[in-house]
Amino acid sequence: MTKDIGALKKLATQIRLGAVEAIQARGFGHIGGSLSVADTLAVLYGAILRVDPKNPAWPERDKMVCSKGHAGPAIYAALGLKGYFPYEEILTLNQPGTKFPSHCDRKKTPGVDMTTGSLGQGTSLAVGMALGDRLKGRDSRMYLIVGDGELNEGQPWEAFMFAAAQKLDNLTVFIDWNKKQLDGFVADINHPRSFAAKMEAFGFHTQEVNGNCVEAVLDAVLACEHVKGKPHAIVLDTIKGAGVKEVEETFSNHSMAPKPEVIARWAQGLRDEIKAMEGGAFDA
Amino acid sequence: MPKIVYDGSLDPRTFKEVIGQTIINLLESDPDVVYVDADLMSTIGTYQYHQKHPDRAINMGISEANMMGVAGGLAASGFKPIAHTFGPFASRRCYDQVFLSAGYAGNDITVIGTDPGVCAAFNGGTHMPFEDVALYRAIPTATILDITDTVMFENLLPQLIERAGVKYIRVGRKQNAKVYAEGSTFEVGKAIRLREGKDLTIVACGIMVHEAMQAAKELSEQGIEVEVLDMFTIKPLDVDSLVTSAKKTGAVLVAENHNKIGGLYAAVCEALAYHHPTPVACVAVDDEFGEVGPQDYLQQRFGLTKEHIVQVAHHLL
Repeated sequence: MTKDIGALKKLATQIRLGAVEAIQARGFGHIGGSLSVADTLAVLYGAILRVDPKNPAWPERDKMVCSKGHAGPAIYAALGLKGYFPYEEILTLNQPGTKFPSHCDRKKTPGVDMTTGSLGQGTSLAVGMALGDRLKGRDSRMYLIVGDGELNEGQPWEAFMFAAAQKLDNLTVFIDWNKKQLDGFVADINHPRSFAAKMEAFGFHTQEVNGNCVEAVLDAVLACEHVKGKPHAIVLDTIKGAGVKEVEETFSNHSMAPKPEVIARWAQGLRDEIKAMEGGAFDA
Repeated sequence: MPKIVYDGSLDPRTFKEVIGQTIINLLESDPDVVYVDADLMSTIGTYQYHQKHPDRAINMGISEANMMGVAGGLAASGFKPIAHTFGPFASRRCYDQVFLSAGYAGNDITVIGTDPGVCAAFNGGTHMPFEDVALYRAIPTATILDITDTVMFENLLPQLIERAGVKYIRVGRKQNAKVYAEGSTFEVGKAIRLREGKDLTIVACGIMVHEAMQAAKELSEQGIEVEVLDMFTIKPLDVDSLVTSAKKTGAVLVAENHNKIGGLYAAVCEALAYHHPTPVACVAVDDEFGEVGPQDYLQQRFGLTKEHIVQVAHHLL
């Protein structure tokens, strides 16, 4: 584990590269929302989560549920880098019989704590797991990532209300506010107004940070440890496609099927960035 | 083994008192059991227990989708969750959550849906599930029970919570007829032959077991010997008992408190079509929505009485 910001930046770029390489191998995939959460995944897997890649089912572990299950490629990259399985396996993304489906599946992928993908449902599952850990007397923490478009659904708000009523302070919810959902801008479809104000009103300890800055995300996560008696929300102000300029600039970037030479160029750009980063080797 | 004591009289206990007490007994005897309810604890007698143990008997509020997801998460944490609400809210309202967050995700949960079909009575059409079995049957490997009497419920709930997959129990809250003696034991997926006959097999579940037994008595007086199977497990269906009886009688009548589409009648037809094609008829809801009224009126209204069974039996034979 590291709190070295340079190492976490490098890990975030490695996670982006893994997601791009997996999507490159299959030819298409959910690239925009995978890239927007890469920095948060780097903070969690690089500096925060108490896990054992050799024992993924360790009951006392911290848990991570990505309710926006379509960010699978980024999560698989993080898990591969962390040593849950040989990293190259993520290149089988969405191939017949793969362990790495589009949407996260706890029964298929070592290290994936919960099956998600039908938007909204991961929230209640994560809340149930956080409650279960507390009832079992474990000091494990639950980290839940939800999408901003996903919050069109009603179920997460049921889950948030319940989590706050239960004072689940072992739960931290990240809202990946990357401003876009499949068909367009979140604000044009069901304008959410302020996620931070909503979470505050629901009874969460709430922070809003630059979600594509590992230092800001790390500080916010560490700040949660000092607030007891309520669940935590971190609104991540992010860019859909963050870290690959051409994806950021593509309007419809939820799922993309870039030409082979184009995605090869994106992957090479990320490799060059990693090479340019000095020191801070990722300590799994 | 089930010991049959049926004489047409009412069960001396209500389901309401037995459901609540059975859940409480499990909570008291097994620290891994946790019970969640969507604000209907008072309807099955668990509210007082919840007040003393709010961490083991949890009121989720009126949020069935969240309840099923939380139950799935509790299962992933190592618990054996029991979730209760009325039948329509335990099936239609949260179907995708039960299907994915429990079934597909491999989180084993037990769901109790009370007031099945016409048992919803004065709550009326909005609360009257004639399709809950159809929905749960479509969940791969789900177990579905329609409970006959209180003795059966208290023996089967402890078995179900140990069973893998999604488990759904539909059960009333008032009284059905008493069929089984205290101390009877039941096996999931094993039908009970309540009566032997050679001319017709009636396959029934839930409140329709009593109607089937009454109809069998009347048909017997008319010289028609009826075999009655209590098919309390709708899935997995006891195909062996069904086919054995169908081979003997050559005609099958299914009686259920459910739409004729997707429930026990459909399950029996599917099994017989493959294993032993046999003429089959049903006494079931004829593809209608529910409505309000006393249960006896609703049984008449939707054709769920012994008289309807006798009439359909004559037509079938």
